[in-house]
Amino acid sequence: MVTLSTMDLDALRAKIAEIPDPEVPVLTIEDLGVLRRVEERNGSVVVTITPTYSGCPAMHHIEQNIRTALNDAGVEGDVETVFSPAWTTEWMSDEGKAKLRDYGIAPPRHIESAVSITNVPVRCPQCNSARTEVISTFGSTACKSLWRCLDCLEPFDHFKEL
Amino acid sequence: MSANPNLFTYLLRLADDNMVLSQRLGELVSWMPELEEDIAIANLSLDHLGQATSLYSYAGTMEAAGRDEDALALTRSEREFMNAVLVEQPNGNFADTIARQFLVDAYQVPLYQALSSSTDQTLGGIAQKAEKEARYHLEYSSTWLVRLGDGTDLSHDRAQSALDRMWPFAADLFAADQVEANVVAAGIGVDPRTLRDSFDSTVARVVELATLRMPTDTYERTGGRTGIHTEHLGHLLAEMQSLHRAHLGATW
Repeated sequence: MVTLSTMDLDALRAKIAEIPDPEVPVLTIEDLGVLRRVEERNGSVVVTITPTYSGCPAMHHIEQNIRTALNDAGVEGDVETVFSPAWTTEWMSDEGKAKLRDYGIAPPRHIESAVSITNVPVRCPQCNSARTEVISTFGSTACKSLWRCLDCLEPFDHFKEL
Repeated sequence: MSANPNLFTYLLRLADDNMVLSQRLGELVSWMPELEEDIAIANLSLDHLGQATSLYSYAGTMEAAGRDEDALALTRSEREFMNAVLVEQPNGNFADTIARQFLVDAYQVPLYQALSSSTDQTLGGIAQKAEKEARYHLEYSSTWLVRLGDGTDLSHDRAQSALDRMWPFAADLFAADQVEANVVAAGIGVDPRTLRDSFDSTVARVVELATLRMPTDTYERTGGRTGIHTEHLGHLLAEMQSLHRAHLGATW
Protein backbone atom coordinates (compact mmCIF):
# COMPACT_ATOMS: atom_id res chain seq x y z
CA MET A 1 0.00 0.00 0.00
CA VAL A 2 1.28 3.44 -0.87
CA THR A 3 0.73 6.10 1.72
CA LEU A 4 -1.97 8.63 1.17
CA SER A 5 0.45 11.51 0.72
CA THR A 6 1.61 10.11 -2.59
CA MET A 7 -1.92 10.00 -3.86
CA ASP A 8 -3.66 13.25 -4.60
CA LEU A 9 -7.04 13.22 -2.84
CA ASP A 10 -8.63 15.19 -5.70
CA ALA A 11 -7.40 12.69 -8.25
CA LEU A 12 -8.76 9.86 -6.15
CA ARG A 13 -12.08 11.58 -5.81
CA ALA A 14 -12.23 12.09 -9.59
CA LYS A 15 -11.65 8.38 -10.08
CA ILE A 16 -14.35 7.37 -7.62
CA ALA A 17 -16.73 9.96 -9.08
CA GLU A 18 -16.61 8.09 -12.40
CA ILE A 19 -18.13 4.91 -10.96
CA PRO A 20 -21.44 4.30 -12.76
CA ASP A 21 -24.73 3.56 -11.04
CA PRO A 22 -25.39 -0.16 -11.65
CA GLU A 23 -29.09 0.35 -12.35
CA VAL A 24 -28.88 3.55 -14.40
CA PRO A 25 -25.40 3.07 -15.87
CA VAL A 26 -25.55 6.30 -17.88
CA LEU A 27 -25.19 8.17 -14.57
CA THR A 28 -22.16 8.20 -12.33
CA ILE A 29 -22.53 8.17 -8.55
CA GLU A 30 -21.40 11.81 -8.69
CA ASP A 31 -24.16 12.78 -11.18
CA LEU A 32 -26.69 11.14 -8.86
CA GLY A 33 -25.47 12.88 -5.76
CA VAL A 34 -24.87 9.52 -4.07
CA LEU A 35 -21.19 10.33 -3.59
CA ARG A 36 -21.02 12.84 -0.76
CA ARG A 37 -17.38 13.13 0.33
CA VAL A 38 -13.92 11.71 -0.17
CA GLU A 39 -11.75 12.77 2.73
CA GLU A 40 -8.72 11.84 4.78
CA ARG A 41 -9.18 10.73 8.37
CA ASN A 42 -6.25 9.59 10.49
CA GLY A 43 -4.14 8.69 7.51
CA SER A 44 -6.76 6.73 5.66
CA VAL A 45 -9.40 7.67 3.11
CA VAL A 46 -13.09 7.68 4.00
CA VAL A 47 -15.60 7.73 1.16
CA THR A 48 -19.07 8.80 2.26
CA ILE A 49 -22.13 7.80 0.25
CA THR A 50 -25.87 8.16 0.81
CA PRO A 51 -28.60 5.87 -0.56
CA THR A 52 -31.27 7.14 -2.95
CA TYR A 53 -33.87 4.89 -1.30
CA SER A 54 -33.61 2.94 1.98
CA GLY A 55 -33.83 -0.37 0.17
CA CYS A 56 -31.87 0.50 -2.96
CA PRO A 57 -30.15 -2.80 -3.82
CA ALA A 58 -27.52 -0.96 -5.87
CA MET A 59 -25.88 0.42 -2.73
CA HIS A 60 -23.99 -2.79 -1.94
CA HIS A 61 -22.72 -2.89 -5.48
CA ILE A 62 -21.64 0.74 -5.40
CA GLU A 63 -19.85 0.20 -2.11
CA GLN A 64 -18.01 -2.79 -3.56
CA ASN A 65 -16.98 -0.78 -6.64
CA ILE A 66 -15.62 2.01 -4.45
CA ARG A 67 -13.58 -0.50 -2.45
CA THR A 68 -12.19 -1.87 -5.69
CA ALA A 69 -11.30 1.64 -6.87
CA LEU A 70 -9.51 2.34 -3.57
CA ASN A 71 -7.69 -0.94 -3.85
CA ASP A 72 -6.69 -0.28 -7.48
CA ALA A 73 -5.28 3.06 -6.41
CA GLY A 74 -3.34 1.32 -3.66
CA VAL A 75 -5.00 3.37 -0.98
CA GLU A 76 -6.19 2.27 2.46
CA GLY A 77 -9.75 3.35 2.91
CA ASP A 78 -13.27 2.69 3.99
CA VAL A 79 -16.80 3.40 2.80
CA GLU A 80 -19.30 5.03 5.12
CA THR A 81 -23.04 5.24 4.48
CA VAL A 82 -24.96 8.20 5.89
CA PHE A 83 -28.70 8.91 5.80
CA SER A 84 -28.71 12.52 6.85
CA PRO A 85 -29.22 14.86 5.11
CA ALA A 86 -31.59 12.64 3.15
CA TRP A 87 -30.83 12.27 -0.53
CA THR A 88 -32.88 14.38 -2.88
CA THR A 89 -33.10 14.58 -6.67
CA GLU A 90 -32.17 18.25 -6.25
CA TRP A 91 -28.59 16.99 -5.90
CA MET A 92 -28.59 15.55 -9.39
CA SER A 93 -26.29 17.56 -11.65
CA ASP A 94 -27.63 19.28 -14.80
CA GLU A 95 -25.20 17.15 -16.72
CA GLY A 96 -26.73 14.09 -15.11
CA LYS A 97 -30.23 15.22 -16.06
CA ALA A 98 -29.16 15.75 -19.68
CA LYS A 99 -27.56 12.30 -19.77
CA LEU A 100 -30.75 10.74 -18.40
CA ARG A 101 -32.86 12.42 -21.08
CA ASP A 102 -30.54 11.22 -23.84
CA TYR A 103 -30.74 7.73 -22.36
CA GLY A 104 -34.56 7.79 -22.65
CA ILE A 105 -35.44 8.51 -19.01
CA ALA A 106 -37.33 11.71 -18.19
CA PRO A 107 -35.21 13.47 -15.54
CA PRO A 108 -36.63 14.62 -12.19
CA ARG A 109 -38.22 18.07 -12.19
CA HIS A 110 -36.90 20.82 -9.97
CA ILE A 111 -38.72 20.80 -6.63
CA GLU A 112 -39.64 24.38 -5.84
CA SER A 113 -42.44 23.30 -3.57
CA ALA A 114 -44.58 20.23 -3.12
CA VAL A 115 -47.48 21.93 -4.88
CA SER A 116 -45.69 23.68 -7.75
CA ILE A 117 -44.18 20.46 -9.05
CA THR A 118 -47.44 19.11 -10.42
CA ASN A 119 -47.76 22.24 -12.61
CA VAL A 120 -44.61 21.35 -14.53
CA PRO A 121 -45.17 18.62 -17.13
CA VAL A 122 -42.99 15.54 -17.33
CA ARG A 123 -41.73 15.75 -20.90
CA CYS A 124 -41.38 12.73 -23.16
CA PRO A 125 -37.67 12.00 -23.54
CA GLN A 126 -38.27 10.82 -27.12
CA CYS A 127 -40.28 13.66 -28.68
CA ASN A 128 -40.23 16.28 -25.89
CA SER A 129 -44.02 16.46 -25.83
CA ALA A 130 -45.60 17.77 -22.64
CA ARG A 131 -48.70 15.64 -23.24
CA THR A 132 -47.83 12.68 -21.08
CA GLU A 133 -49.57 10.60 -18.43
CA VAL A 134 -48.52 8.36 -15.61
CA ILE A 135 -49.12 4.63 -16.06
CA SER A 136 -47.77 3.54 -12.69
CA THR A 137 -46.33 5.54 -9.80
CA PHE A 138 -43.76 2.78 -9.33
CA GLY A 139 -41.32 1.56 -11.96
CA SER A 140 -38.59 -0.94 -12.72
CA THR A 141 -36.33 0.45 -9.98
CA ALA A 142 -37.10 2.23 -6.71
CA CYS A 143 -36.23 5.62 -8.21
CA LYS A 144 -38.49 5.52 -11.27
CA SER A 145 -42.16 5.69 -12.26
CA LEU A 146 -43.71 4.56 -15.52
CA TRP A 147 -45.24 7.04 -18.00
CA ARG A 148 -46.54 7.17 -21.55
CA CYS A 149 -46.43 9.89 -24.18
CA LEU A 150 -49.79 10.83 -25.70
CA ASP A 151 -48.19 12.17 -28.88
CA CYS A 152 -45.56 9.62 -29.91
CA LEU A 153 -47.27 6.93 -27.80
CA GLU A 154 -43.96 5.63 -26.43
CA PRO A 155 -43.91 4.44 -22.83
CA PHE A 156 -40.98 5.80 -20.83
CA ASP A 157 -39.42 5.86 -17.37
CA HIS A 158 -39.44 9.00 -15.27
CA PHE A 159 -36.90 9.52 -12.51
CA LYS A 160 -39.17 10.39 -9.56
CA GLU A 161 -38.66 13.64 -7.70
CA LEU A 162 -37.70 13.01 -4.09
CA MET B 1 -20.29 1.49 21.79
CA SER B 2 -22.01 0.63 25.07
CA ALA B 3 -25.35 -1.11 25.15
CA ASN B 4 -28.59 0.83 25.41
CA PRO B 5 -31.38 -1.72 26.13
CA ASN B 6 -34.21 0.80 25.87
CA LEU B 7 -33.15 2.13 22.53
CA PHE B 8 -32.50 -1.43 21.36
CA THR B 9 -36.08 -2.47 22.12
CA TYR B 10 -37.50 0.71 20.66
CA LEU B 11 -35.55 0.24 17.41
CA LEU B 12 -36.64 -3.40 17.22
CA ARG B 13 -40.29 -2.39 17.47
CA LEU B 14 -39.83 0.04 14.58
CA ALA B 15 -37.79 -2.44 12.57
CA ASP B 16 -40.14 -5.41 13.11
CA ASP B 17 -43.11 -3.41 11.76
CA ASN B 18 -41.20 -2.86 8.54
CA MET B 19 -39.73 -6.35 8.29
CA VAL B 20 -43.02 -8.18 8.75
CA LEU B 21 -44.90 -5.84 6.41
CA SER B 22 -42.15 -6.20 3.82
CA GLN B 23 -42.45 -9.98 4.00
CA ARG B 24 -46.25 -9.82 3.62
CA LEU B 25 -45.95 -7.57 0.56
CA GLY B 26 -43.19 -9.75 -0.83
CA GLU B 27 -45.59 -12.73 -0.76
CA LEU B 28 -47.64 -10.93 -3.42
CA VAL B 29 -44.85 -10.52 -5.94
CA SER B 30 -45.90 -12.27 -9.17
CA TRP B 31 -49.47 -12.63 -7.82
CA MET B 32 -50.84 -9.13 -8.38
CA PRO B 33 -53.67 -8.60 -10.87
CA GLU B 34 -51.60 -6.33 -13.13
CA LEU B 35 -47.93 -5.95 -13.89
CA GLU B 36 -47.92 -2.31 -12.72
CA GLU B 37 -49.34 -3.25 -9.32
CA ASP B 38 -46.90 -6.12 -9.05
CA ILE B 39 -44.07 -3.65 -9.52
CA ALA B 40 -45.65 -1.21 -7.08
CA ILE B 41 -46.07 -3.83 -4.36
CA ALA B 42 -42.48 -5.03 -4.86
CA ASN B 43 -41.27 -1.43 -4.50
CA LEU B 44 -43.26 -0.94 -1.30
CA SER B 45 -41.81 -4.18 0.03
CA LEU B 46 -38.30 -3.10 -0.87
CA ASP B 47 -38.68 0.29 0.84
CA HIS B 48 -39.90 -1.38 4.04
CA LEU B 49 -37.09 -3.92 3.84
CA GLY B 50 -34.57 -1.11 3.46
CA GLN B 51 -35.98 0.71 6.48
CA ALA B 52 -35.94 -2.53 8.48
CA THR B 53 -32.33 -3.22 7.51
CA SER B 54 -31.13 0.20 8.67
CA LEU B 55 -33.10 -0.02 11.92
CA TYR B 56 -31.95 -3.60 12.69
CA SER B 57 -28.38 -2.71 11.95
CA TYR B 58 -28.51 0.20 14.37
CA ALA B 59 -30.43 -1.90 16.91
CA GLY B 60 -27.61 -4.46 16.76
CA THR B 61 -25.14 -1.72 17.65
CA MET B 62 -27.31 -0.63 20.59
CA GLU B 63 -27.64 -4.20 21.84
CA ALA B 64 -23.84 -4.57 21.65
CA ALA B 65 -24.08 -8.36 21.66
CA GLY B 66 -22.71 -9.01 18.21
CA ARG B 67 -26.04 -9.56 16.45
CA ASP B 68 -26.32 -7.99 13.01
CA GLU B 69 -29.45 -7.24 10.95
CA ASP B 70 -29.68 -10.80 9.62
CA ALA B 71 -29.44 -12.32 13.09
CA LEU B 72 -32.13 -9.99 14.41
CA ALA B 73 -34.52 -10.55 11.52
CA LEU B 74 -33.97 -14.23 10.94
CA THR B 75 -33.16 -15.95 14.24
CA ARG B 76 -35.65 -14.47 16.70
CA SER B 77 -38.83 -16.36 17.49
CA GLU B 78 -42.44 -15.22 17.33
CA ARG B 79 -42.58 -14.12 20.97
CA GLU B 80 -39.46 -12.02 20.44
CA PHE B 81 -40.95 -10.08 17.53
CA MET B 82 -42.43 -6.77 18.62
CA ASN B 83 -44.26 -5.56 15.53
CA ALA B 84 -47.78 -4.22 15.78
CA VAL B 85 -50.27 -7.00 15.03
CA LEU B 86 -51.68 -5.01 12.09
CA VAL B 87 -48.70 -5.68 9.80
CA GLU B 88 -48.82 -9.47 10.25
CA GLN B 89 -52.43 -9.73 9.05
CA PRO B 90 -52.68 -11.84 5.89
CA ASN B 91 -52.90 -10.20 2.48
CA GLY B 92 -56.50 -11.36 1.93
CA ASN B 93 -57.95 -9.79 -1.20
CA PHE B 94 -56.49 -6.68 -2.81
CA ALA B 95 -58.70 -4.39 -0.71
CA ASP B 96 -57.38 -6.01 2.50
CA THR B 97 -53.80 -5.42 1.37
CA ILE B 98 -54.55 -1.80 0.49
CA ALA B 99 -56.46 -1.11 3.74
CA ARG B 100 -53.60 -2.55 5.84
CA GLN B 101 -51.05 -0.54 3.87
CA PHE B 102 -53.09 2.65 4.13
CA LEU B 103 -53.39 2.39 7.93
CA VAL B 104 -49.65 1.76 8.26
CA ASP B 105 -48.81 4.66 5.94
CA ALA B 106 -51.12 7.06 7.78
CA TYR B 107 -49.19 6.17 10.96
CA GLN B 108 -45.67 6.09 9.52
CA VAL B 109 -45.79 9.52 7.89
CA PRO B 110 -46.21 11.43 11.19
CA LEU B 111 -43.98 8.88 12.96
CA TYR B 112 -41.01 9.43 10.69
CA GLN B 113 -41.69 13.13 10.52
CA ALA B 114 -41.43 13.33 14.31
CA LEU B 115 -38.39 11.04 14.45
CA SER B 116 -36.59 13.20 11.87
CA SER B 117 -35.83 15.64 14.66
CA SER B 118 -34.66 12.96 17.10
CA THR B 119 -31.63 13.94 19.17
CA ASP B 120 -30.18 10.63 18.03
CA GLN B 121 -28.57 11.50 14.70
CA THR B 122 -28.54 7.98 13.30
CA LEU B 123 -32.22 7.40 14.00
CA GLY B 124 -33.02 10.93 12.78
CA GLY B 125 -31.21 10.23 9.51
CA ILE B 126 -33.01 6.93 8.94
CA ALA B 127 -36.33 8.69 9.62
CA GLN B 128 -35.62 11.59 7.25
CA LYS B 129 -35.05 9.08 4.46
CA ALA B 130 -38.04 6.94 5.43
CA GLU B 131 -40.42 9.90 5.73
CA LYS B 132 -40.14 10.65 2.02
CA GLU B 133 -40.83 7.01 1.21
CA ALA B 134 -43.80 6.84 3.59
CA ARG B 135 -45.37 9.91 1.97
CA TYR B 136 -45.12 8.28 -1.42
CA HIS B 137 -46.63 5.07 -0.04
CA LEU B 138 -49.52 7.01 1.49
CA GLU B 139 -50.28 8.58 -1.88
CA TYR B 140 -50.37 5.15 -3.47
CA SER B 141 -52.53 3.47 -0.83
CA SER B 142 -54.89 6.46 -0.55
CA THR B 143 -55.38 6.54 -4.32
CA TRP B 144 -56.29 2.87 -4.32
CA LEU B 145 -58.57 3.09 -1.30
CA VAL B 146 -60.49 5.93 -2.99
CA ARG B 147 -60.60 4.07 -6.29
CA LEU B 148 -61.96 0.93 -4.65
CA GLY B 149 -64.32 2.70 -2.26
CA ASP B 150 -65.67 5.05 -4.89
CA GLY B 151 -65.71 2.32 -7.55
CA THR B 152 -68.24 -0.43 -8.23
CA ASP B 153 -70.67 -1.77 -5.63
CA LEU B 154 -68.47 -4.85 -5.26
CA SER B 155 -65.21 -2.92 -4.81
CA HIS B 156 -66.94 -0.54 -2.39
CA ASP B 157 -68.19 -3.41 -0.24
CA ARG B 158 -64.82 -5.11 -0.25
CA ALA B 159 -63.02 -1.89 0.64
CA GLN B 160 -65.44 -1.31 3.53
CA SER B 161 -65.05 -4.86 4.86
CA ALA B 162 -61.29 -4.62 4.51
CA LEU B 163 -61.15 -1.39 6.47
CA ASP B 164 -63.50 -2.80 9.12
CA ARG B 165 -61.42 -5.99 9.37
CA MET B 166 -58.05 -4.21 9.75
CA TRP B 167 -59.28 -1.46 12.06
CA PRO B 168 -59.10 -3.24 15.46
CA PHE B 169 -55.48 -4.17 14.76
CA ALA B 170 -54.50 -0.55 13.96
CA ALA B 171 -54.81 0.31 17.66
CA ASP B 172 -51.62 -1.66 18.27
CA LEU B 173 -49.62 0.96 16.33
CA PHE B 174 -50.31 3.38 19.18
CA ALA B 175 -49.60 1.10 22.12
CA ALA B 176 -46.77 2.32 24.34
CA ASP B 177 -45.10 1.30 27.57
CA GLN B 178 -42.04 2.22 29.63
CA VAL B 179 -39.74 1.65 26.66
CA GLU B 180 -41.34 4.51 24.75
CA ALA B 181 -41.51 6.63 27.89
CA ASN B 182 -37.76 6.23 28.38
CA VAL B 183 -36.76 7.03 24.80
CA VAL B 184 -39.13 10.00 24.77
CA ALA B 185 -37.57 11.29 27.97
CA ALA B 186 -34.16 11.02 26.32
CA GLY B 187 -35.37 13.04 23.32
CA ILE B 188 -34.70 10.08 21.04
CA GLY B 189 -38.08 8.50 20.41
CA VAL B 190 -41.69 9.41 19.87
CA ASP B 191 -44.69 8.50 22.01
CA PRO B 192 -46.94 6.87 19.41
CA ARG B 193 -50.03 8.17 21.19
CA THR B 194 -49.07 11.67 20.07
CA LEU B 195 -49.40 10.51 16.45
CA ARG B 196 -53.02 9.50 16.84
CA ASP B 197 -54.55 12.87 15.87
CA SER B 198 -52.62 13.05 12.65
CA PHE B 199 -53.50 9.43 11.88
CA ASP B 200 -57.18 9.96 12.63
CA SER B 201 -57.43 13.04 10.44
CA THR B 202 -55.71 11.30 7.50
CA VAL B 203 -58.00 8.30 7.83
CA ALA B 204 -61.13 10.47 8.13
CA ARG B 205 -60.16 12.52 5.07
CA VAL B 206 -59.45 9.54 2.81
CA VAL B 207 -62.42 7.50 4.08
CA GLU B 208 -64.70 10.38 3.13
CA LEU B 209 -63.14 10.75 -0.33
CA ALA B 210 -63.54 7.00 -0.77
CA THR B 211 -67.27 7.26 0.11
CA LEU B 212 -66.66 4.76 2.89
CA ARG B 213 -67.74 5.05 6.52
CA MET B 214 -65.49 5.00 9.54
CA PRO B 215 -65.29 1.57 11.20
CA THR B 216 -67.55 1.34 14.22
CA ASP B 217 -65.88 -1.58 16.00
CA THR B 218 -64.34 -0.28 19.21
CA TYR B 219 -62.48 -3.53 19.98
CA GLU B 220 -58.73 -2.96 20.09
CA ARG B 221 -56.38 -5.88 19.58
CA THR B 222 -53.02 -4.90 21.00
CA GLY B 223 -50.10 -6.89 22.44
CA GLY B 224 -47.70 -7.05 19.49
CA ARG B 225 -45.21 -4.71 21.14
CA THR B 226 -44.68 -7.26 23.90
CA GLY B 227 -44.69 -10.28 21.62
CA ILE B 228 -48.34 -11.33 21.97
CA HIS B 229 -49.30 -11.91 18.35
CA THR B 230 -52.18 -13.22 16.29
CA GLU B 231 -51.83 -16.74 14.92
CA HIS B 232 -50.55 -15.42 11.59
CA LEU B 233 -47.09 -14.24 12.61
CA GLY B 234 -45.71 -17.69 13.42
CA HIS B 235 -46.54 -18.96 9.94
CA LEU B 236 -45.01 -15.89 8.33
CA LEU B 237 -41.78 -16.26 10.31
CA ALA B 238 -41.57 -19.97 9.58
CA GLU B 239 -41.47 -19.20 5.89
CA MET B 240 -39.31 -16.10 6.16
CA GLN B 241 -36.67 -17.70 8.37
CA SER B 242 -36.55 -21.28 7.07
CA LEU B 243 -33.72 -20.83 4.58
CA HIS B 244 -31.54 -18.89 6.99
CA ARG B 245 -32.12 -21.36 9.83
CA ALA B 246 -31.44 -24.36 7.59
CA HIS B 247 -28.11 -22.93 6.49
CA LEU B 248 -26.89 -20.92 9.47
CA GLY B 249 -23.79 -18.95 8.63
CA ALA B 250 -23.99 -19.62 4.90
CA THR B 251 -22.65 -16.87 2.68
CA TRP B 252 -22.89 -16.19 -1.07
